[in-house]
Amino acid sequence: KFASVESAPPIEVFALNKAYVEDTFPQKVNLGVGAYRTDEGKPWVLPVVRHMEQKLAADETLNKEYLPVLGYEPLASAATRMLLGSDSASLKEGRATGIQCLSGTGALRVGAEFLAHIGKHSIVYSSNPTWGNHSLVFLNAGFTSYRSYRYWDAAKKALDFDGLMEDLRNAPENSVIILHACAHNPTGVDPTQDQWRQIADLIEERRLFPFFDSAYQGFASGDLDRDAWAVRYFDSRGFEMVCAQSFAKNFGLYNERVGNLTFVAKDRSVIEPVRSQITLLVRANYSNPPNHGARIVGTVLNDPVLTEQWKSHIKTMADRIISMRLGLRERLEKLETPGTWNHITDQIGMFSFTGLGPLAVDKLIADHHIYLLKGGRINMCGLNTGNIDYVAKCIHEVVTTTQEASL
Amino acid sequence: MSLISSLKIFSPSSLNTTQNALSVVSSRANSWWSHVEMGPPDPILGVTEAFKRDTNPKKMNLGVGAYRDDSGKPFILPAVKMAEAEIAKKNMDKEYSPISGSPEFCKATINLALGEDNEWTKNGLNATVQGISGTGSLRIGTAFLSAFFPGGKDLYMPTPTWGNHVPLAKHAGLGVKQYRYYDPKTCGFDFHGALQDIAKIPERSMILLHACAHNPTGVDPKPEQWAEMSKVIKEKKLFPFFDMAYQGFASGDIDKDAAPVRMFLKDGHQIALSQSYAKNMGLYGERAGAFSLICSSKEEAAATMSQLKIIIRPMYSNPPVTGARIATEILTNPSLRSQWLKDVKGMADRIISMRQLLRSNLAKEGSSRDWAHITDQIGMFCFTGMTPPQVEKLTKDFSVYLTKDGRISVAGITSKNVEYLAHAIHQVTK
Repeated sequence: KFASVESAPPIEVFALNKAYVEDTFPQKVNLGVGAYRTDEGKPWVLPVVRHMEQKLAADETLNKEYLPVLGYEPLASAATRMLLGSDSASLKEGRATGIQCLSGTGALRVGAEFLAHIGKHSIVYSSNPTWGNHSLVFLNAGFTSYRSYRYWDAAKKALDFDGLMEDLRNAPENSVIILHACAHNPTGVDPTQDQWRQIADLIEERRLFPFFDSAYQGFASGDLDRDAWAVRYFDSRGFEMVCAQSFAKNFGLYNERVGNLTFVAKDRSVIEPVRSQITLLVRANYSNPPNHGARIVGTVLNDPVLTEQWKSHIKTMADRIISMRLGLRERLEKLETPGTWNHITDQIGMFSFTGLGPLAVDKLIADHHIYLLKGGRINMCGLNTGNIDYVAKCIHEVVTTTQEASL
Repeated sequence: MSLISSLKIFSPSSLNTTQNALSVVSSRANSWWSHVEMGPPDPILGVTEAFKRDTNPKKMNLGVGAYRDDSGKPFILPAVKMAEAEIAKKNMDKEYSPISGSPEFCKATINLALGEDNEWTKNGLNATVQGISGTGSLRIGTAFLSAFFPGGKDLYMPTPTWGNHVPLAKHAGLGVKQYRYYDPKTCGFDFHGALQDIAKIPERSMILLHACAHNPTGVDPKPEQWAEMSKVIKEKKLFPFFDMAYQGFASGDIDKDAAPVRMFLKDGHQIALSQSYAKNMGLYGERAGAFSLICSSKEEAAATMSQLKIIIRPMYSNPPVTGARIATEILTNPSLRSQWLKDVKGMADRIISMRQLLRSNLAKEGSSRDWAHITDQIGMFCFTGMTPPQVEKLTKDFSVYLTKDGRISVAGITSKNVEYLAHAIHQVTK
């Protein structure tokens, strides 16, 4: 019956990871998949997570009953509060609400389905470049047009702010605009506060709808409040907006799929109707979200002592990444690798858009067994004191031996 | 919504209030979502809400579709506790699962359905992916069929069917049609009606079948009836989509419960299959399930897998592991597996004995009605045959909570309250 089903092209980041795993070269380096690694190159289950799992396992009062459709309320409310800050006017006025979702992707999907089916939005914009899955989520959710706004200036290796503003200015009214709350994926380049203010002005003026994607709160700078600045600024301006939150990276709970969708409305009276409509959407998709990860995050966020412990973990991760950024830049500048490398430390978060072109990338993979995405994105977490010299050396090698336009 | 009533009479002291009220008016007008209407209330949730509010000490909640032990409490299977202990020892990481879930989980799950040594898995003919329990697996399956099924895009469902089947299928882009199933006159299977309707389904359509423990009726076809249905379905070139949410939980025997699925495969059908561990492993909130397509070749299975992943990625990228890890541990660890088979039989046996007790107590009450269907039906639910007015009376006079269609969750019955329930049912139906 399904003889005509054609094989789909492999999804890049997973195909890359597969290739890395199958590579037998002893010095291979994986700078592909976006997950944190310790300096030993190992995954890190946060100590507070391990502690919580032991605590949950020993708690005889817990069971495996279904969560409510909209999720574990202590998680949702704490996540929304973590995002907006306890001073948030919308939170205090009951105009903000949270819905537990299947990590960041699931929150994007639920938000997108709501905006398409109920909000009747049909056009969505995201940055060029952006996370590869944005377009797929929104188009599958019911949006009919996916467009890009300029973002990465390849020549300057920085934000193309003028291009961004021009493209948003030309966006039709009611368009949904996906904004990376911090630690832009894949470039690592974030707007400045002043630029955010201008973006907010424009979105307000052009009657566009802001949809924040917050996958790295705390993980970017090490500071939860600092990383939430843009979202909180929009909130303080009185915007209606949604924000997809992921706890995959900042809690290291990648495979437990813990996320939250925050809704901010102008009026508290729309909150219940919105929640009831989302209930119907969730029911038709997966009925209710998973319990385990929600209990971990929900418990930690509602416990001041555990929260402090968690914050120290985030700082550990963010600091290690920042030191790798410094280390890579220093080495490349020392090697006098052609081009400028300050963007590596100017950028923030897990990823760096190196500016390496496709030929250089191919060489890095084929000749040096260093795995990164076609667009030149590297995961800083894949760097450690053990491999940073090798990586710098190889980048130097491919840059000096490859003829490519950019750089 | 009346906003005028929220405006206070203007006076210097109430200026602020009025201004606040005015900004409420204008903020609703400026809201993107002022047009959003309240969705219809969930009927089953409504039952539980009303139950919670009731102060009658004898109250019973027969709405909930989750297993309860004889004390009316949620039940964590011993096999699950043991599996969790084993998993904890392994100090596993939290890295992303593959999009399709762990291969181990998928293999163990399809082998549970088709038998450990089945020829389909052995020959690599299955495309199996982890789904968010049964609902999520159905969602993946309906999305795939909506995009790739080469025939008609209507999914034919039994009347009645699980309440969520219809919105779920529609949300995936499928049309929804019905075939007769439940006979209210007998509280049993309308075999002839089903065959007649199935025979009328246009060729190359999709048909949804509950593998065992039909939800909401508890009415299952007998093996020889399944055989007939298989024949007609094959003749009409229909595509069977099995929803198996109660394997092991229905009769206590995993092979018996999966028999219709295995029969259809032996009969040469290619099938789609959704599986859930919510009930049979009590993993409700951990959302472990799977969707499978049995294909005609390895190549077809591989192509199908790649497309299923493309469907999953924009939904939630990759699935949650905890429930899946527990299921895998149980199924692949021989002593845990045999413990689980005991646990699931224990649950099924308790439900069967509650059915027997309810029926015998109704007889003791002096009821002259035929209550055979209570023990003929199988699984979590029983379609009692009570009418809406009788249901209302049952709730009002006896604080017994159930859905309007007369469906009771047998899991909510215990040895301590079965007599009361029989008495109550007899009172409203005599």
